[in-house]
Amino acid sequence: MTADTQAPQSELGRARLRKEDARLLTGETNWTDNMVLPGMLHMAFVRSPMAHARITSVDLSAARSMPGVIAAFSGADFADEQGSLPCAWPVTEDIVVPAHPPMATDEVRYVGEAVAVVVARDRYEAADAAAAVDVSYEPLPVVLDIRSALEENSPKVHEAGNKSYEWVFAQGDLDEAFRDAPVVIERNYRQQRLIPSAMEPRSVVAMCEAGEFTLWSATQIPHVLRFLLAVVTGIPEQNIRVIAPDVGGGFGSKLQVTAEEVLAVLVARKLGKPVKWTESRSEGNLTVHHGRDMWQRIRIAADSDGRLRGLSVDLLADMGAYLMLVTPGVPLLGAFMYPAIYKMDAYSFRCTGVFTTKMPTDAYRGAGRPEATYAIERIMDELAAELGVDPLEVRERNWIKHEEFPYTTIATLQYDSGNYEAATARAKELLGYDALRQEQAERNLDNDPVRLGIGVSTYTEMCGLAPSRVLGSLAYGAGGWEHASIRMLPTGKVEVVTGSSAHGQGHETAWSQIVADQLGVPFEDIRVLHGDTQIAPKGMDTYGSRSLAVGGMALVGACDKVIAKAKHITAHMLEASESDIEFVGGRFHVRGDPKAGHTIQEIALATFAAHNLPDGVEPSLDSEATYDPDNFSFPHGTHLCAVEVDTETGMVTIRSYVAVDDIGKVINPLIVDGQVHGGIAQGIAQALYEEAVYDDEGNLLTTTLADYLVPSAADLPSYVTDRTESPAGNRLGVKGVGEAGTIASTPAVVNAVVDALRPFGIRDITMPCTPERVWRALQNAQENGGAA
Amino acid sequence: MAKITVTVDGVTYTDDVEPRLLLVHYLREQVGKTGTPIGCDTSNCGACTVHKNGVSVKSCAVLAVQADGTEITTIEGMADGQWHPLQQAFHAEHAVQCGYCSPGMIMAAADLLRNNPNPSDQEIRDGLEGNLCRCTGYENIVRAVRRAAEAGASS
Repeated sequence: MTADTQAPQSELGRARLRKEDARLLTGETNWTDNMVLPGMLHMAFVRSPMAHARITSVDLSAARSMPGVIAAFSGADFADEQGSLPCAWPVTEDIVVPAHPPMATDEVRYVGEAVAVVVARDRYEAADAAAAVDVSYEPLPVVLDIRSALEENSPKVHEAGNKSYEWVFAQGDLDEAFRDAPVVIERNYRQQRLIPSAMEPRSVVAMCEAGEFTLWSATQIPHVLRFLLAVVTGIPEQNIRVIAPDVGGGFGSKLQVTAEEVLAVLVARKLGKPVKWTESRSEGNLTVHHGRDMWQRIRIAADSDGRLRGLSVDLLADMGAYLMLVTPGVPLLGAFMYPAIYKMDAYSFRCTGVFTTKMPTDAYRGAGRPEATYAIERIMDELAAELGVDPLEVRERNWIKHEEFPYTTIATLQYDSGNYEAATARAKELLGYDALRQEQAERNLDNDPVRLGIGVSTYTEMCGLAPSRVLGSLAYGAGGWEHASIRMLPTGKVEVVTGSSAHGQGHETAWSQIVADQLGVPFEDIRVLHGDTQIAPKGMDTYGSRSLAVGGMALVGACDKVIAKAKHITAHMLEASESDIEFVGGRFHVRGDPKAGHTIQEIALATFAAHNLPDGVEPSLDSEATYDPDNFSFPHGTHLCAVEVDTETGMVTIRSYVAVDDIGKVINPLIVDGQVHGGIAQGIAQALYEEAVYDDEGNLLTTTLADYLVPSAADLPSYVTDRTESPAGNRLGVKGVGEAGTIASTPAVVNAVVDALRPFGIRDITMPCTPERVWRALQNAQENGGAA
Repeated sequence: MAKITVTVDGVTYTDDVEPRLLLVHYLREQVGKTGTPIGCDTSNCGACTVHKNGVSVKSCAVLAVQADGTEITTIEGMADGQWHPLQQAFHAEHAVQCGYCSPGMIMAAADLLRNNPNPSDQEIRDGLEGNLCRCTGYENIVRAVRRAAEAGASS
């Protein structure tokens, strides 16, 4: 009766230590780069050193004669079979989607684009031979700045020009909102280009045996990848198996169908041998898709008391050289979030997607929502400054009150729940907000050379991607459902198969907690399987903070079916009416007679033996369920950041950071806190440290972790976290949490930096707010006579 | 080719290696110690940290021939019947998410605690500056190292 030793409710909300840790802490890991197969060969890519050029010749002869080299190929060798890398989100009917061959054949459009591949018996020989490939280029003009790329005389990235699409959205009468508005504020914000920088570099192993393909890849999306590999290469889908073994972080960067994955499959087929490719970090910085890279023009109109009347957003978004999996859709995920938690009468949004001769951009943690949250939260601070009121006060005058939920925003989203008052009150208390404001005023009066700044971010976001019908209406190429199945084994243990594909999120633990709670079986008796299209044949994978809110609900549906079947069988075995059977703590019994009953494990064994099943009931106790959410998930919260800014050096130091998040019900608080910590760190990284920099010839200057400053423990503060709870509309009451920290923290930090410098007349610092940028802004302010 | 003799996690291996072979590639591909991962090629990330004669080194910045005659300990050699206190603490404090940085982080932390058995939080942060994590924001890593220190991990 082990099932009865644990009250079922105790699993949800319990700080279970993770099942995944045992292998990860001892080195018994299964990273793709660990894979060794008999006869396996190693690939090394030759990449373009030019940002834009015509390929005039590729000479592979020297490489082919090098020791250990088995083969070498250029783009021409794949021309008939490589297809075009897919863009699954053509956001408008007239969008320009250029052909994107996995290996360039006649023209390269960014530094790092693959132009040849060498295959050798070990990775050193492959690297040597790649260096011996001689490629001749005829340079073409580069296109690097999206602000000038649309001018008539700009060089072109593609024949069709540099504009990919324009997408617009409008609600309410914007002209009326701005007409005679007492306060109108316009700002231009820069979202710098970022490199996602998952710690595990991309890695691929491809094998072709008797026409059947297996691809191991460090990917977030084994199911989507399988489908699209079939579409791109023409290999029948049923002959492709994709396995995502242990995957070392993604943050969107492994939500992709990459050139290297396609080419590995094609090379394995050509040679009849398994091939491996693992990128170096430098190669990855060049060729893992980048994130953000937008110019944002934002305008608000408000009444004299600070009440918002209208909001207008005009974006230029850098697509890079090609459209990859969801490149054009990323800004759209932000389009609905600029109004954030605020009420207003009118809203208009326009985004223009622009091609440049740089690495394509695509989803990076938050994907569109960090950009939106940054712009609106930054300009709300400007509104507060304009009116001379506290930034939290001006927010409160505009936010949706807790009694107004559910609330349909001006962007037509229906927010199901929230309590901005409660989260803000708790955050203020934890930070000691009022005391810090007092200290700030005193230090400003004293002309302290080290200024205190307090930054506010009262964010919300839309995640839990996504209702399939909504995705369809936005021209996205797939659905937003998730799949789960449950297999009760004869011994009473449970196999759970999930279509979501974790890469650090702890699904094996959290999913076990959900199933233990639903079925009343011990946490330890549950095994969660995922990340292999042969083991978990259906799924939409992991991104957009969707796994719990969508995949977790699929699990609940599968558990429902198991319980219903077991109840039917129990009634038959006990010769009772099914309506009299109750299920409590993993045990079915006749109402009013708790002694007459069977555990779910006993029923599992009975269905295996199948000696005494009701007529028409199939042996075995298992189920499948698919869940398609009817709404997005809307986590929210209040993040407060206090910074010390040294006005003599420009150095910004985070003194304290408080995050109060409302993510609904919590399955595992340890995992949730970990997601919040990591999310905050990534948002701080954008605010203070990270930027992908290209020179004026289109060379990436930040190709290493010495140049691209992923922060270390010494660069980051400790975080104070807490939660409020407004349950979401799904049965688990859960919202997504994977991206919330990143979405919230960037504006909190930059608002704090600007708050510290406002007495000098400074109202913006371009991210990342490096000491140099802060120092220069102070110099400029003083030269321009800003009040010191 | 050069002949080297290296003791890895208590087992002695003699191998012919190319002079340019990196220690991390030797460990992963010749000895089969795939518990030690590679995160970069400029010795910035620390994922490949191991101990060479008891001192932490980034095994991507050491040639296999430089390890001749030394004792190497990897993450796979840290447990001695039971998990090392750092492994236990990383588990207990949820200092692991994707786990890719964890082996190097634990090996670096072990060396940190050997030099400074009772570090302050700031000393932990400064001591782990050469090891990058993208998932945890370091909060729970700092807590785990503190917990391991309190459990006497340095002894």
